[in-house]
Amino acid sequence: MSGTPYERVKLARDSERPTGQDYIRNVFKNFIELHGDRKYADDKAIIGGIAVLDGIPVTVIAIEKGHSAKERVARNFGAPHPEGYRKALRLMKQAEKFGRPVICFVDTSGAYCGIGAEERGQGQAIAENLMEMSTLCVPVISVLIGEGGSGGALALAVADRVWMLKNSVYSVISPEGCASILWKDSAKADVAAASLRLTSEDAKSLGVIERILSEADMGKKEYYDRIRLLLAQEVSELSRDPELLQKRYDRFRRIGMVADGQII
Amino acid sequence: MPLLNFLKPKNKLEEGGRSSAPVQSDAGEPEQSCPNCHKAIPLSRLWADKLVCSCGYHFRMKARQRIGTVADKDSFCELFSDIRSCNPLGFPGYEEKLDTVKTVSEESEAVICGTALIGKQKCCIFAMESYFMMGSMGSAVGERITALFEYAVEHRLPVVGFTVSGGARMQEGLLSLMQMAKTSAAVKRHSDVGLLYIAVLTDPTTGGVTASFAMEADIILAEPGATVGFAGKRVIEQTTRQTLPKEFQSAEFVLEHGFIDKIAHRKDQRKLLTQFLRMHNGGQKL
Repeated sequence: MSGTPYERVKLARDSERPTGQDYIRNVFKNFIELHGDRKYADDKAIIGGIAVLDGIPVTVIAIEKGHSAKERVARNFGAPHPEGYRKALRLMKQAEKFGRPVICFVDTSGAYCGIGAEERGQGQAIAENLMEMSTLCVPVISVLIGEGGSGGALALAVADRVWMLKNSVYSVISPEGCASILWKDSAKADVAAASLRLTSEDAKSLGVIERILSEADMGKKEYYDRIRLLLAQEVSELSRDPELLQKRYDRFRRIGMVADGQII
Repeated sequence: MPLLNFLKPKNKLEEGGRSSAPVQSDAGEPEQSCPNCHKAIPLSRLWADKLVCSCGYHFRMKARQRIGTVADKDSFCELFSDIRSCNPLGFPGYEEKLDTVKTVSEESEAVICGTALIGKQKCCIFAMESYFMMGSMGSAVGERITALFEYAVEHRLPVVGFTVSGGARMQEGLLSLMQMAKTSAAVKRHSDVGLLYIAVLTDPTTGGVTASFAMEADIILAEPGATVGFAGKRVIEQTTRQTLPKEFQSAEFVLEHGFIDKIAHRKDQRKLLTQFLRMHNGGQKL
C-alpha cells in the first residue's frame, strides 16, 4: 500500500493531513499559546505554549502549515523565519527552568528562504537551537507529522526520541531541489526521492528515528488517544532517566560513524 | 562603519569562484587574471601575497595551504585522516564522484583536521576543502569535526576552524543532515568546559555548515567578500521573486547585521589568531 517514495512525499505534503494545531487540540488539554521571541517578532509558522499531557504540564511547540488558503498564507506555509526558531528556543529554555518536558511537532518544507530571514540570521538561529537542544535538561520528544525539511526541521528535532508518522518524510533536501542541482532536471524528482531514502521506513533503518506511528484507518479519537498514550509513557520513562543527556549525545554521536570505509 | 564593498565581483558564485587558468605573460612568467579587477598578477607574486590580489580580492585556497598560512612552520599534525566517506545510501553516481574529487583535490575528504601551533600556542585546527565537493558535509566530515572537538576537550585545547561549504552533502541524505546535530553537540561540550573556539568563514560558507558549527564559535571572523548565508541566492530569488541587494550574503552584509565579530584579511589572520589565543590564555581554561 506504501507507494513510491515520491508518492509518499506528495502524501506528506497533502493539505488534508492533520497539522500541528490538530495534534495540539486533540492530544493535549488546556493549551495556552505563548507568543514571540522577545527579540523581534512573533512567527506564526511556529505555535508554542504550555499544555497538559495526561495530567503533566508540558511545553508544546509545533510548526503549523495551516489548512485553508488564507491560513496557509498567514502561516507562511509552515516555513519559519529565524524569530520562529528563537521563539521555540525561548519556550524550551522556559520549559527547562520549570522542569517541563518538551514535545515538538515538525511539519515544514524547510526554514524560509527569504531576504529578511537571511538578514536576521536564519543559519545562526538554527545553529543555536541545535547547540542548546543538545543539552536541554528536560526530556524532548519530536514527532514528524508531515514534511521534515532539512535544517528547518532538525532545529526542532534534536530530541531524545524522534518519531515519524508513517507517511511523513525526512530529508536533507527536497527531491525537486536535489534533482535540479544534481541532474539539472527537477522532473527527475521521483528518482531523487528514491535515492535520498527519505521515507519513515528509511529513517528507521538508518537509525535516525525510534518509532513509526501508524496512519492506518482508525477513528479520530482512537488515533489521537493512541498518540497521547505513547507520548505520556515515553515522557514518564525519559523523566526518570539519570543518563538522559549522555544518551541524547550518544544518540546523534553514533549516526554516520565511519570505520574502514563503512558506516557503522 | 565603512564596509569593504569593493571586494566581491557580482557573479563570483556562478563562476564557481574560480578564475580562468593561468596564462604566460610576454615576459614568460605565468600570470593569473583577477576576477574582480581583471588585472594580470604574476603567480609568484600571488603566492607571496597568500592568493590575495592587490585590489583585495581573496582567491580560494586549498585547505592545506590555508593551514600553512596561519600555523607555525611544520607544526601541523594531521588527525583522523583515516575517517573516509563511503556510499551508505547507494546513491547513484556518488562513488564515481568521490573518486574524481579525491584525484582533483588530492584530499580524502572535505575537511582536514589536526593540531598545530599558532604563534607557539597549541590548538586544534580544521580547514574545509572547497575542491572536495565544495566542502559539503557528509558523514566523514561530521565525524572528523566531532572527533576533533572531542579531542580538544580531552586535551583542553582551543579550536581554530576555517569553513568553506555548500552545505550538507545530498548524496548521504539524512545521515548528512544528522551531522549538523552531531557536530553542534560536540561544539557545545567544548564550549561548556570553557574552551575557546574561533571560526574563520571563507568563501562560500552556506547551508548546513552555516546552520551548525560555522555560527557556533565564540569568535567568528570572515574573509573579505566571502559569501556567508543559509539559503542559496538562486533559491531565494525563485522563492521571493525579488532582486537581491548587491551585497546580499557577503561577509560585510553579515557583519552589518550583527552575525560575525570581524572581517579578517588573509594577511592579518595569523596575527589576529595569535592575539586571540594569547588573550584567552592560549585558549585553555585555567
